[in-house]
Amino acid sequence: MGDQNVKKFSKVLSERKEEIINKWKKTQMDEALMQLDILPEYELENFDKEFIENFSKLLSTDRPEDTSTEEWQNFKESFQGFISEKSKQGLSIQENLLLILTLKPLIFDSIKEVFGKDPDTCTRMVEILSSIFDNITVELANAHIKSREEIITRQEEEITELSTPVVRLWKGILAVPVIGTLDSARTQVVMETLLQRIVETESDIAIIDITGVPTVDTQVAQHIIKTINAARLMGAECIISGIRPQIAQTMVGLGVSFEVETKSSLADAFSLALKKLGYVITSEK
Amino acid sequence: MGDYLIVSIQIDMHDRLALQLQQDLSENITKTGAKGVLIDISALDIVDSFIGRMLGSISSISRVLGAETVIVGMKPAVAITLVELGLELKGIHTALNIEKGMKLLDKLTGKA
Repeated sequence: MGDQNVKKFSKVLSERKEEIINKWKKTQMDEALMQLDILPEYELENFDKEFIENFSKLLSTDRPEDTSTEEWQNFKESFQGFISEKSKQGLSIQENLLLILTLKPLIFDSIKEVFGKDPDTCTRMVEILSSIFDNITVELANAHIKSREEIITRQEEEITELSTPVVRLWKGILAVPVIGTLDSARTQVVMETLLQRIVETESDIAIIDITGVPTVDTQVAQHIIKTINAARLMGAECIISGIRPQIAQTMVGLGVSFEVETKSSLADAFSLALKKLGYVITSEK
Repeated sequence: MGDYLIVSIQIDMHDRLALQLQQDLSENITKTGAKGVLIDISALDIVDSFIGRMLGSISSISRVLGAETVIVGMKPAVAITLVELGLELKGIHTALNIEKGMKLLDKLTGKA
């Protein structure tokens, strides 16, 4: 019974499509949703048109309020992509919600026009459409949050990459200043970056500076040893520098040894590296 | 190559082929009196524990026959995998490429 009326309403929507889209666009623009760079007018128009079409289609199905149906999935997918994209481009959650919720009053006005003479049916229609809009709101929020999380993940990756630079100190000598805690994920990144650079620069020595590593326990030491061994397999010798007094004491206490030469300062390590490669530093005076 | 032999491993090695390689190499070292062996693995995308052990064997056998071995051309991804698996190929000399490998052999055989 409710189905028949909803289906009838779906037809009315299709017929009044142009009119509704125009009114909707006006409301959206009143809410300053159209932003030249993020959401230009033609994009907004296209979105409105497609949304109304898909919305009518949903209403013409048997159970439009049921979110477990395939028809709901299709409807959801028809606007989620657009919302995610706009979120990434900078639309706030409020703007995203308003984008679609501005349609609600127009739909309810239409319901009153079509079913106004029959209060019971009118109420029932409002209930159903209200429930559908609630479901849409949930999906809008989900889409927005998901795209924000994707941005955060991407930024985390970028931070990890940026915080493990490999610097070429001299022909054949690389330096890797490690900043922050060295967990297995970062060790992977350090190893990959270092080995790649060894290949690119054909370096013979890699100085791993751990001044910026707060603690060196057996786990961290294992990670460093892994990196040393990987570099060795690529034909590069490692020197560890930047070992602070407390770290030296901790290492001896734990019985950890790196099996490569270690220096307390990067300068000493660099000097050693130059010597190993046969360079001699002289002064002009 | 003078006193050195170069072996280029192109395809994935399995048991029989590896044994064949060890045999051929040993015979060659003895026949030519080579003092150094360069094994180029730059064509290998994967080095598993089997190949790791094979490289180790070749290295030891060569040393017994009076030649030093240097492995060259290991890909970064391969090095990382070996290290993650705990196979560091201790006691095996490695170099980045053939040029550096030869320099290392010169040093090891006392030429440099």
